[in-house]
Amino acid sequence: MVSIQNLHKKFGKNQVLKGVDLNINEGGIFAVLGPNGSGKTTLIKSVLGMVIPDKGNIEVLGNNIKKSSDYRHKIDYLPQIANFPSNLKVKELIKMIKDLRKPTNEETRLINLFKLEPFLDKKLGNLSGGTKQKVNIVLTFMFDSPLVILDEPTTGLDPISLIRLKDLIQAEKAKGKTILITSHIMSFVEEVSDEIVFILEGQIYFKGTIQDLKTKTKQPDFEHAIASILTENHA
Amino acid sequence: MNKLFVFLAVIFLAQTNYAQNIEVCNTCTVSTLKDAIAQAKDFDTITVKKGTYKEHNVIVDKPLTIIGEDYPVIDGEFKGEIITVISDNVTVDGLFIINVGNSYTTDYAAIRVRNSKDFLIQNLVLEKLFFGIYIEKSRDGKVFHNKIIGDAVEEYNSGNGIQLWYSKNVEIEHNFIQHVRDGIYLEFSDFCTIKNNVSSLNVRYGLHFMFSNDDIYQDNEFSDNGAGVAVMFSKRIKMYDNIFKENWGTASYGVLLKEINDAEITGNIFEENTIGINIEGSNRIIYKNNDFISNGWAIKVRGACYTNSFLENNFLYNSFDIAYNSKVNDNVFDRNYWSNYTGYDLDKNGIGDVPYRPVKLFSYIVNRTPETIILLRSLFIDIIDFSEKVSPVFTPDNLMDNNPKMKKIAW
Amino acid sequence: MLKILKYSFYDLMRSRWSYVYFAFYLLLGVVLLFLNNDLSKAVITLMNVIIVLVPLIGTIFGVMYYYNSREFTELLLAQPLKRSSIFLGQYLGVALSLSMSLILGLGIPFVFYGLFQSSAIWDFSLLLITGTFLTLIFTALAFNIALSNENKIKGFGYAILLWLLLAVIYDGLFLMSLIMFEDYPLDKVSLVGTMLNPIDLSRTLILLKLDISALLGYTGAVFKEFFGTNFGLIISFIMLTAWVILPVFRIVFKSKRKDF
Repeated sequence: MVSIQNLHKKFGKNQVLKGVDLNINEGGIFAVLGPNGSGKTTLIKSVLGMVIPDKGNIEVLGNNIKKSSDYRHKIDYLPQIANFPSNLKVKELIKMIKDLRKPTNEETRLINLFKLEPFLDKKLGNLSGGTKQKVNIVLTFMFDSPLVILDEPTTGLDPISLIRLKDLIQAEKAKGKTILITSHIMSFVEEVSDEIVFILEGQIYFKGTIQDLKTKTKQPDFEHAIASILTENHA
Repeated sequence: MNKLFVFLAVIFLAQTNYAQNIEVCNTCTVSTLKDAIAQAKDFDTITVKKGTYKEHNVIVDKPLTIIGEDYPVIDGEFKGEIITVISDNVTVDGLFIINVGNSYTTDYAAIRVRNSKDFLIQNLVLEKLFFGIYIEKSRDGKVFHNKIIGDAVEEYNSGNGIQLWYSKNVEIEHNFIQHVRDGIYLEFSDFCTIKNNVSSLNVRYGLHFMFSNDDIYQDNEFSDNGAGVAVMFSKRIKMYDNIFKENWGTASYGVLLKEINDAEITGNIFEENTIGINIEGSNRIIYKNNDFISNGWAIKVRGACYTNSFLENNFLYNSFDIAYNSKVNDNVFDRNYWSNYTGYDLDKNGIGDVPYRPVKLFSYIVNRTPETIILLRSLFIDIIDFSEKVSPVFTPDNLMDNNPKMKKIAW
Repeated sequence: MLKILKYSFYDLMRSRWSYVYFAFYLLLGVVLLFLNNDLSKAVITLMNVIIVLVPLIGTIFGVMYYYNSREFTELLLAQPLKRSSIFLGQYLGVALSLSMSLILGLGIPFVFYGLFQSSAIWDFSLLLITGTFLTLIFTALAFNIALSNENKIKGFGYAILLWLLLAVIYDGLFLMSLIMFEDYPLDKVSLVGTMLNPIDLSRTLILLKLDISALLGYTGAVFKEFFGTNFGLIISFIMLTAWVILPVFRIVFKSKRKDF
């Protein structure tokens, strides 16, 4: 599905990615983990073509992303911080995104699911962070693309919405989609993901199932396993 | 009283009874103008019928009236001068004169009047000419309603449309002159009136004055001439209600005044000339009620000009209103309307409360480095002009209009 | 790209700045015409205003829009859209809404005043065309500045500096060098110097209409060729178009290589 070879990226003097090699197969939920500033978002943005790599190769669904931007029609992306034009109404935003991408009717179901009806006529600038995130989720999931990339999807969500999000992710997985997630909430990652990719100092430190990670670090639970990686490497 | 009446009646009868009419046509017994003149007696009338007459050096040596019917063509075949009048009381009317001889040594004219009085040259059409109508040492005549169309390209081998030389009291009216060297040229000719003429597209000047005093020119239109109108070395000239238009070029003026004293320039329109009026060494001239519209420079003062007054003129949209090349000013600017004036009129008396300075620093700069003209109307130039306005350094500090009008002046 | 243009334009039409801009020109037109009652004079004053203000507003507004619409840009970047179409769309959205404010704001009072019966219509049209060109050029330059500077304050600083440079300082240096080298033939140099600054270029275009009588007073043959024939008009328009195209190309180029 996604294949990355020898990816390098530098921002100014800061070398963020130092030769990332990664293969993600079709189907399943993959969590990209790592400490702050490890390059998770940079990696994801490279896949999306928002960050231009200095070196290396990325293929999505067999297409080299440098050649054409058409592959992005097959990706649904949930950005990390939901920044929307503040003088636009929710309804207008949804309509606009549909106009820019393609027509769909999925949004009614999603709006219903996250109980967004009362907010449809409100301006985005007046919404709370959580509500914005819900709108963000609606915008992402209303298109039925084979690859879904979620950057910190849980930010600001209340428990009920979180459960609905998890259901939504599982449902998408059941359709055979590939889902890429970054998150800081370990319990969330543990619950939803099939496989994790751990990035440390710009390189893939670990890739495998959570069980593999526990075995490798000889830790009984996931959170401690992660913590042990970090302490080992910083000690 | 009775005696006088009888005398007049006798003269009148003599005119009708003895003055004969001689007809000239291609098939008549008299088939040339020359023969007709030879046969004619004083005060006869010669009627020239329609046709082409190849003649030159026709000398009119007795008082005759020569009238063309339906514009007969007198073709000089480029052999020299065509008609020369040397007698008083001659009228030439309605001829179409073409192909005047060209020469570098002799000023051949289509028609020349020499040492004569009381002549009338009217309704002529002149084409392919060297000089057109040449009035030489003559007086009390009239040049009326002629059309002169030359084909001059360069100054050195072309002649003037109407030229007066040492003549007095001549009226030049309703003539239409194009494509000659100078449309109308006066040299040593006083007390002449030049009225209602149109002189345009001439190689050099539309009107040219040299050493001629007490002349009036009025209601003429001069446009598109190589160098506009030049009035030089003359006194007491009156210029009323003329139009000077579109005289464009490096040395091109609406009017060039050089060594002119005591002239009056009133009611004229100067529109879209590179320089509206260029003044050099001219004194005691009154400029009143003129319109200066969209000229490059409305007035350019080149020095040695004293006690001139510029009163109640309209200066509209000129790139530069006044250019001065010295710091000394002895001329008066008063009660003019300046479209570039930006002052205010708080007491509502129709006169701006702050004086207007028509000379800009930038005109001084352009005078020094002509290429800088390309920066005209730049914000930077506006800024330096403004600072010069506040404290004049390069421009005469007493040169201002203390009573700038707030509205365009009508008269 | 057209869709983004549509939304940017729509977005701007709802922001109060376009109305402020529009109202400003409307007021300017009305004041000049109805207080002055002189169309030719109004056109001349407008020319001074347009040459100075349009570039200033174009740069400031361009930079401001770019920084203010970051969210919108990010949202668009998250969608499967071409980079170049996102930025060109936004650029055209700003440039066109500014041009529209200019044309309508000035045009309406002039039409009401009876422009169509007046001989000043050509001068006025030229003025609007030049104003539109200046808007296109300076908005493009503003986008270039903003694309190259993440820091808002820096971006604004450079924008003001750019305007100051092209509107005032350039002419000052130009004038000084012309005076310094006045012993040499300068007509070509001065024409080239004019071509290199879009504000000077537009000024020249307007001079061709308003001050042709003065321009023809200069002796240089190149000047005569330039101002006396249509040659000057054609060259000026070509150069103005180049001044639009080059910065727009740089927007495309820069946006393709930028990380978000």
